[in-house]
Amino acid sequence: MTVRFGGVTPLDKMSVRFETGTCGLIGPNGAGKTTFFNVLSGFVKPVSGSVTAFGEDLLRMVHFRRARWGVRRTFQTEQAIEELSVFDNVAMIHEHSKLGGGSRRQEVIDAIRFVGLDIDPDTRVGGLGAGQRRMVEVARAVVGRPRLVLLDEPAAGLPDEETGHLGDVIRRIPEQTGGMTILVDHDMSLVSACCEVTAVLDFGKLLASGPTAEVLRDERVIRAYLGTEETG
Amino acid sequence: MDATGVESATEDAAEVESAPALTSRRRSPQPRMLIRPVVIAVLFLFVLLGLPSLFSDYYIDASTQTAIYAIVALGLGLLVGRVGMVSLGQAAVLAMGAWVAARLLFATGLPFPFVLLASGLITMVLGTLVGLPALRLSGLYLALITLMLAGAITVVLATTNFPNGGHGFLGYNGSSVHIPPIRRPSIAQTDPAFFRYSVIVAGLMFLLALGHLRSKPGRAWAAIRQSESAALAAGINTTLYKLWAFALASFVTGVAGGLLAGSLHYLYSIDFQTQDSITLLAVVLMGGAYSLWGAIVAAFFLQFLPELFTNWGISPDWLTILFGVGVLQVLTTAPRGIVDQLPKDLARLGRMLARLVRRPTPSTSGET
Repeated sequence: MTVRFGGVTPLDKMSVRFETGTCGLIGPNGAGKTTFFNVLSGFVKPVSGSVTAFGEDLLRMVHFRRARWGVRRTFQTEQAIEELSVFDNVAMIHEHSKLGGGSRRQEVIDAIRFVGLDIDPDTRVGGLGAGQRRMVEVARAVVGRPRLVLLDEPAAGLPDEETGHLGDVIRRIPEQTGGMTILVDHDMSLVSACCEVTAVLDFGKLLASGPTAEVLRDERVIRAYLGTEETG
Repeated sequence: MDATGVESATEDAAEVESAPALTSRRRSPQPRMLIRPVVIAVLFLFVLLGLPSLFSDYYIDASTQTAIYAIVALGLGLLVGRVGMVSLGQAAVLAMGAWVAARLLFATGLPFPFVLLASGLITMVLGTLVGLPALRLSGLYLALITLMLAGAITVVLATTNFPNGGHGFLGYNGSSVHIPPIRRPSIAQTDPAFFRYSVIVAGLMFLLALGHLRSKPGRAWAAIRQSESAALAAGINTTLYKLWAFALASFVTGVAGGLLAGSLHYLYSIDFQTQDSITLLAVVLMGGAYSLWGAIVAAFFLQFLPELFTNWGISPDWLTILFGVGVLQVLTTAPRGIVDQLPKDLARLGRMLARLVRRPTPSTSGET
């Protein structure tokens, strides 16, 4: 697929295939990771190409319908709704998704427990700390059996111990939801702890993809991160 | 500087103390959850039964206007505070509601509640049209475009005039000598009775708004207010919910317009000015756009305070300056308005007084 904003081409004839489970997506700043997420969640329309997920053409769906179909995402800057309680934050996602079917209250509580939030669900999110708010956002992403969970730098700004807890939660997402997770992060230890396979983007092109450990050892990947010497 | 530091420290301490109370609430929710509704019910009954006998006719009339404008402020507060859409057209929407109600009251013998409902529904359709630009615009541009629409509506109303018992679609008879008053409901002919009637209708409108805020639309609005893209990613049809907010705000404002028609008996287009919407926004921000109580405070500022000032021999024109200062203060130091700030300030004052009272005690005990 190709995405263009005027003269800028954040994604250039990029083609990638993710299998089920938790997949990593890494690359230097400006590589097109978030643009790729924006294409999946419908905020950006590619000029050419297609997105097929679970046998359905995602590009034909309007953005908010994709969430109902099962695309969930977290944002680089955490977007839990401050004015609402933890419960309402998660319930809001559930009531707008056509998935699931069990009791809403139970599924919402389950999602809050799943991310390990041991607080009163009626607490207002505005009063929580950064780490807890991030977990509320993850709970929002996993409630109601999503099919595709997109995590955009969930560990950004978190202290190491909370990142460790976050990694535990992310690893358990596929078995909890039965869906697929794509994790974008700059924390390589988190990515290698969570993802069996990883794809690397650089300047809008797929640089490498495969088992995480192999990809991280790939010379081209290391060069993309550390920069190249102009030796030709 | 030092004093504020001490204040915030004590505030933090108070919050820490309230944390165990939060967890204990889960175990025994009944007593705490009942207090608020009971207090509100008692307050409501007092306003309904006690207030008319305490006030002179002059203040009863001002109270009726306050109740009516509380509904208007409620509608604008929903848009501004809950969804984050600034509309400067609400006074024009109110005028439309009043026009529709007056026309229906002259043309038909429908019972008053039906007229209120009809004017609410018709205004809902018209007001949602005013809100259509909100789908593409936000912030200053939305405010400007709604202000211009309000201006256009004001011009149309000035040329068509308000119905005064004439015939035809407009219901205006320019040559009539004897103009019949707009009728009131049979059970609320007198001023105190109409006040009670207005308070009950206002109560119903507040319940309607509360029902929305506590359920799916309220959660969706909170999401849209914070971030539209996050709301979309949450599966919220933002177009639908924005229009829904405008529809609800227009509905309650239309009902308020119906009450206004009945309370004033005569409507003149000169009473509805485009700039009223700006004053309305100012008082809503001062009262607290994010709280339902804020709407009542806003209406008090807009309708009751001018009467108080007049009675005290002060020109109500001073209020314009006062509102300006008030809005400035709210925007810089108290974004949640007076309903949020006043209890905090009172608690702070209480703590200060408590400290003053406590301080002399050890010294006296030392002497004895």
